[in-house]
Amino acid sequence: MSDEQQKDERAERAEAAQAQPSGEAPPAQAEERVVAPLPQRGPAGEEIRVVTPGQRRGINRRELLKLLPVVAIGAFAIPKLQEPLLKEGLRFSDWASEKLFSEHRLAQTYSNNQVAPFEKFPYNYYDVLDPDVDLGKWTLTVEGLVKHPGDYKLSQIQAFPKVVQNTRHVCVEGWDVIGNFGGTRASDFLRAVGADLSAKYLEVTCVDEYYESIDMATVLQPQTLFCYEMYGQPLDRGHGAPLRLQMPTKLGYKQAKYLDTIRVTNVLSHGQRGYWEDQGYDWYGGL
Amino acid sequence: MATATVTRDKQTGTVTVSYEHPLVVRIAHWLNAVALLVMIASGLRIFLAFPSFGPKLPQQNFFIIPPPGLTLGGWLGGALQWHFTFMWIFVGSGVLYVVYQLVTGHWRQVLFLPRDIKGVWPMARHYFLFGKKPPVDAAYNPLQKLAYTSTIFFGVLSTLTGMVMFKPAQFWWLAWPMGGYHYARIWHFVSMCGFVAFIPGHLIMVALHGWNNFYSMITGWKREPEYIEGSGDRD
Repeated sequence: MSDEQQKDERAERAEAAQAQPSGEAPPAQAEERVVAPLPQRGPAGEEIRVVTPGQRRGINRRELLKLLPVVAIGAFAIPKLQEPLLKEGLRFSDWASEKLFSEHRLAQTYSNNQVAPFEKFPYNYYDVLDPDVDLGKWTLTVEGLVKHPGDYKLSQIQAFPKVVQNTRHVCVEGWDVIGNFGGTRASDFLRAVGADLSAKYLEVTCVDEYYESIDMATVLQPQTLFCYEMYGQPLDRGHGAPLRLQMPTKLGYKQAKYLDTIRVTNVLSHGQRGYWEDQGYDWYGGL
Repeated sequence: MATATVTRDKQTGTVTVSYEHPLVVRIAHWLNAVALLVMIASGLRIFLAFPSFGPKLPQQNFFIIPPPGLTLGGWLGGALQWHFTFMWIFVGSGVLYVVYQLVTGHWRQVLFLPRDIKGVWPMARHYFLFGKKPPVDAAYNPLQKLAYTSTIFFGVLSTLTGMVMFKPAQFWWLAWPMGGYHYARIWHFVSMCGFVAFIPGHLIMVALHGWNNFYSMITGWKREPEYIEGSGDRD
């Protein structure tokens, strides 16, 4: 409240006090009020009241009740409710992330001198670094909502225009590294095999039994690659030879290595959203 | 100003109360207080997964490693669930407070401005070095304004840096004024340190100002406010 407003109010009250003696009110009372005017407002404009202890208890009780919505947050402290509540929180977070994502917005790309040396690109794996893929016999199995399912050789995947990009690989742990990746656009390959691009998900399983599922919008983002090269060399065994996912708009744990099968689907296999996701990481994992 | 008055009438037993904290402010305060603690504790657990501000190879750990006992979530995935759930409550209650202050004009009472700078030291001397209490004729003294305004600053900083870390591909343009993507993580940590510095000071002040003051952040009404003469103990 401004000073002017306060002045106005004081003036009004003074008028009221002056008006009283002319009426029926006993003069003694009016005098007492003039001697001890209680400010109606504090320095910040807050309301001031004189109340009986009973009135005060009533006020406090009402105000406490109004704060009940805040107490609801305590549900997170109840062990039984904690897990489902956090799951909902994560789902909301994923929902918001998905809304934020645009297929047409590209992740930043970097110049060659910003790329980390190959030796500084960490090998990350969940079970074994080299699951002993028989590179000679390897094929990619394509299943689900596609017109031409079947086993595809690496050379068939490499027949598409090669995309080479310097992008940031971000690990959920908090580190990141800019690398050089080459491969086939996932969207090019999926169109060629007649995939239903209006399907919701792409599920992948790997030779090392890792598994992942990715929203179709991200799969169709033009920087999403079936990656077979790093730093101009065929993908080495530790980095997922012969074929891995490479998506600069997803966290590292979504970038499945040693691909074995891809499946276009509208329904995720129950409890098979992704190796880490099934243990508690968020499914969307988008950047 | 002749505001001297008898606020506690011995015969009728009445007390003077003043409405110090509107409901919106109280709700925002308590939601934010809970969310802040969750964000700090789960954030430290997330930091433990890679306690460094450098590259992965070679990894050089930060000189302070948070003790796991002070963290929340148990492991990286669990901590991220807490962090990604409570970040909405943290930011939501913060936005609620700021918008409310803007709409009501109350921000004028609490926003620290350059003209408040000269009043900070006398107030700090009073609180920490037992100096004389400077006369204060406003709702909040300069030191309070500095403290409360700094929480808004750290709140905004933690939110913006958090957005860059959460969605760097979408908010890459936001990373630029921070000094690049890697600085987002550093500034995010700095904003946490800012909150960690604020909390003990805030709690000490609350303890020093007694129950009536603390209770007013719950019910809104403060019994015997200190600016009314004869209204109980003054601080």
